Amino acid sequence: MKAALSGPEIERLVQALGKLPGLGPRSARRAALALIKKRETLLDPLSTALREAAAAIKVCSTCGHIDTTDPCGLCTDPRRDDHLLCVVEDVGDVWALERAGVYRGRYHVLGGTLSALDGRGPDALNIASLIDRMTGKTGVEVVLALSATVEGQATAHYITERLGAGVNVTRLGHGVPIGGELGYLDEGTLAAAFKSRRPL
Amino acid sequence: MDWQDDGYVLSVGRFGDHDAILDVLTKGHGRHLGLVKGGMSKTRRADLQPGNQVRVDWKARLSEQLGRYEIEPVRAYASLALDSGLALAGLTAAASVASACLPERELHPAVCEGFGVLMEALTGAQPSIAPVIFVKWEAGLLQDLGFGLDLTKCAVTGSFDNLAFVSPRTGRAVCHEAAAPYASRLMALPPFLLGNQAGSPTPADLAAGLRLTGHFLAQSVLEPHGKTLPQARDYYADLVTR
Repeated sequence: MKAALSGPEIERLVQALGKLPGLGPRSARRAALALIKKRETLLDPLSTALREAAAAIKVCSTCGHIDTTDPCGLCTDPRRDDHLLCVVEDVGDVWALERAGVYRGRYHVLGGTLSALDGRGPDALNIASLIDRMTGKTGVEVVLALSATVEGQATAHYITERLGAGVNVTRLGHGVPIGGELGYLDEGTLAAAFKSRRPL
Repeated sequence: MDWQDDGYVLSVGRFGDHDAILDVLTKGHGRHLGLVKGGMSKTRRADLQPGNQVRVDWKARLSEQLGRYEIEPVRAYASLALDSGLALAGLTAAASVASACLPERELHPAVCEGFGVLMEALTGAQPSIAPVIFVKWEAGLLQDLGFGLDLTKCAVTGSFDNLAFVSPRTGRAVCHEAAAPYASRLMALPPFLLGNQAGSPTPADLAAGLRLTGHFLAQSVLEPHGKTLPQARDYYADLVTR
């Protein structure tokens, strides 16, 4: 059996870092070493930031987004359009849309998609709260910004059905990405792009 | 070990940050899993959607290993189904039923061929016939797994006519006359399963067909392994019979 190279505290740090996406055991060890070497400038501020974030983070009870306040900043922002509600899978999708700066409405974070494989049904997602949120509202467009995958679109169809015929539901377009060349696109994307063609 | 085959993607699971474990229903090697390097990349993920027809090249040092898949897309049924909730529900239901019911690496070429016919029906010009094909595919799946329904003649009288019910215990057909005293305890047999129905089946017939195959899949195939019918199938049955 190999002897531990360092104390249990350092091993715990390496193991915790190794659980982060994109980091394996070797890169976690490198990251831990970098933190330890720059204790004052990196390790201490990072540990403070992690502790503060862990204490302050709240999940918004209205939309499911994460922030340090409940309701979150996006739900309370008076400059946002109340007649647009964008439904996304995850918080990362909210950040992506905000980064793009193309949307100024409200959000609703589902927390995933329906998955037959993982046995994730409607009760595991924030679908009931979306239905509650839309009950009695008129003139609101619900934009389903879900993945163009079987699971994402199955979720979109399920939500459309649950919302009923009285709600204006739209979804994001599927097709050729900006900078994409037709020759490199897969058959599925090409088929979706062809079906979504529109007059110029 | 190395082989090539055609098949249909049943499910794809993430393995690490970039790779995927693919479950494929192949014609010549049954339901078979394999690792796809870079399967979670933006460029590969579209090919690996459930329902898609793919050509796979499987390689491993030993036959019992998980092995690695090289994938070539053949037909992207998933993207053809994306716009229709019913087609998508049917595709998901079929993939999850096949995944739950079929043992790994056991040959079922007829089930694989039937799956392809079902995908064509779900994404083709006549999606209304898809539920009928779905029920017939499930009946074929039961047959292939050794729990086939016996719909040739009445289990009580031996008559070939007026078959209208199925015994929930044996899976054998019962004619209308013999079933009369026990009708409430028997399962309705939709005419389309006997192949003698003119015109489209009614929602009640489809519901009866789905109830019938669902009952025997659950009772004979899934329950002995502590499993239940996939939720995706219940959702499809609900959509079809409305």
